[in-house]
Amino acid sequence: MAKVAWAYLSGLLFALGLGVSGMTKPSKVIGFLDLSGAWDPSLQFVMIGAIAVYAVAFRLVLRRQRPVSAPAFQVPPRRAPDRRLALGAVIFGLGWGLGGYCPGPGLVGAATGNVAAMTFVASMVAGMFAFSIFQKGQVRILARSHANNSMAEGSRAN
Amino acid sequence: MEHPWLMGLLGGVLIGGASALLLLSIGRIFGVSGIVGGVLTPKNGDVVWRVGLLAGILTGGAILASFLPVAFDPHAIRSLGTTVVAGLLVGFGTQLGGGCTSGHGICGVSRLAPRSLVATAIFVATGMVAATLFHRLGQ
Repeated sequence: MAKVAWAYLSGLLFALGLGVSGMTKPSKVIGFLDLSGAWDPSLQFVMIGAIAVYAVAFRLVLRRQRPVSAPAFQVPPRRAPDRRLALGAVIFGLGWGLGGYCPGPGLVGAATGNVAAMTFVASMVAGMFAFSIFQKGQVRILARSHANNSMAEGSRAN
Repeated sequence: MEHPWLMGLLGGVLIGGASALLLLSIGRIFGVSGIVGGVLTPKNGDVVWRVGLLAGILTGGAILASFLPVAFDPHAIRSLGTTVVAGLLVGFGTQLGGGCTSGHGICGVSRLAPRSLVATAIFVATGMVAATLFHRLGQ
């Protein structure tokens, strides 16, 4: 139960940070991403503030044996970037620049009953489901080609 | 919002602090797209904290609506059709690329994780391309 309470508190603070910084306004996000108009650089300071705090905090936190309320830290392993990562980032960036919403601010806006934000979140969820269907299809194709290969190997052996 | 740079910095400190709190308390990375994705395709024993965190974000939104209404645009800046396309791209792209502005852009960049540095450089660049082209073509 403590785990849920910590997660709730973190989510709450995170949302307040998004609101204070102006990330919850697509007009402001677009003002930063759109280089053709009057460029608004203030969102840089959101990244600078957040990264400065987290860069120091995560080093201090990871000195601990374990988190306060869980058996172990679950930090993703360092791996090399690949095509999947790059293509995903391209697609996400296009959507972000088109609508001015990324996932966090979309959820914060949706909680206020904002129609644009609710529309964004609903279609984001649809896009996530589309991905899981796409991924299952990929797995099936891989499995089939693997099965074909082993059948071919089998017939060669005969 | 008299000093947008200062508000940006203060908001950023809150965002970084909230992400650090999640790592300190339950040892997880604060990546919103991954947290939502994990609720949609649930794994046993790994759902409740995600739902709690999302409930916290929604509560934060409700608090902002009451106490800081200027945090939101009074009018939508895009048509609903454009917003739907944007949402689909964000949903699909974040799952394929394994993260968004929070997980890659803040947590990953802070850890100097190679994948997050590359992803963040790419999505900021393509975000700028999309926003700038939309502006140019819309004129």
